[in-house]
Amino acid sequence: MATVRLAFSPAPVHVRTARLVGVAVARRAGVAEELLDEVRLAIGEACARAVALHRQYGVFAPVQVEMSDESSYTVRVIDRAPIEAGLGIPSIPPDELANESLSDDELTTGVGFALLAGFVDDLQVRPVEEGVGTEVRMAWPTHAA
Amino acid sequence: MELQLATRTVAGHTVLEVGGEVDVYTAPRLRERLVELIDGGVRGVIVDLGGVEFLDSTGLGVLVGALKRLRPVGGTFGLVCAKEPLLKIFRITALDQVFPIYPSVDAAVQAAGGAGADSGPTA
Repeated sequence: MATVRLAFSPAPVHVRTARLVGVAVARRAGVAEELLDEVRLAIGEACARAVALHRQYGVFAPVQVEMSDESSYTVRVIDRAPIEAGLGIPSIPPDELANESLSDDELTTGVGFALLAGFVDDLQVRPVEEGVGTEVRMAWPTHAA
Repeated sequence: MELQLATRTVAGHTVLEVGGEVDVYTAPRLRERLVELIDGGVRGVIVDLGGVEFLDSTGLGVLVGALKRLRPVGGTFGLVCAKEPLLKIFRITALDQVFPIYPSVDAAVQAAGGAGADSGPTA
């Protein structure tokens, strides 16, 4: 078993770093090459969501990312925002995506979750075990699994 | 790779060529450029995503924002994208039903009328 942990200040500039590390560890863990684009996108979306929540709620604590290849390649992205954990909002119907009434933030959040749900078969969003925050857990099969 | 932006004009349409990564960090620059073009009077906008290596929800939000900005002024907005991984993103988010997506700049210009912003489909 190998575990890589990353913690970064909640700033958009660091999300790319998290994506790069996440994909490097996925490749090392044996995730199929054709899944790596999806891994990159999903980690990016989960981290961007966490950064947005930290900024929205004025949380300066770092966003945590933990990658492990115990049985499958598992990535946990942990935020410390005081919200009720969950997938948040239902998917936005196509005819409402470009509605004037939908704010940019609502659109980005809805689209972000659509991407997470669409690209990750094994996805869980749940409260962290200790303290305040949410854990987005994503898993992909590896050659070894 | 960092975000790259370049603008050219084809048959009366402004083509914004986007390259590199469009994400939560770089998308504000894309938004600024699109707003600059539209506020500067451009009414026929084609965004060429041919050089894009990564696109996330923030980038998609910026594209929707441009479409919404052009709509009330009667402008046209189209995307050029032939890369399957990016097309899959548009399908999953259902944004393929919101944007006209063309395989090439020529196809986008042709669909929009090829003679400037006024003759194309309304954004």
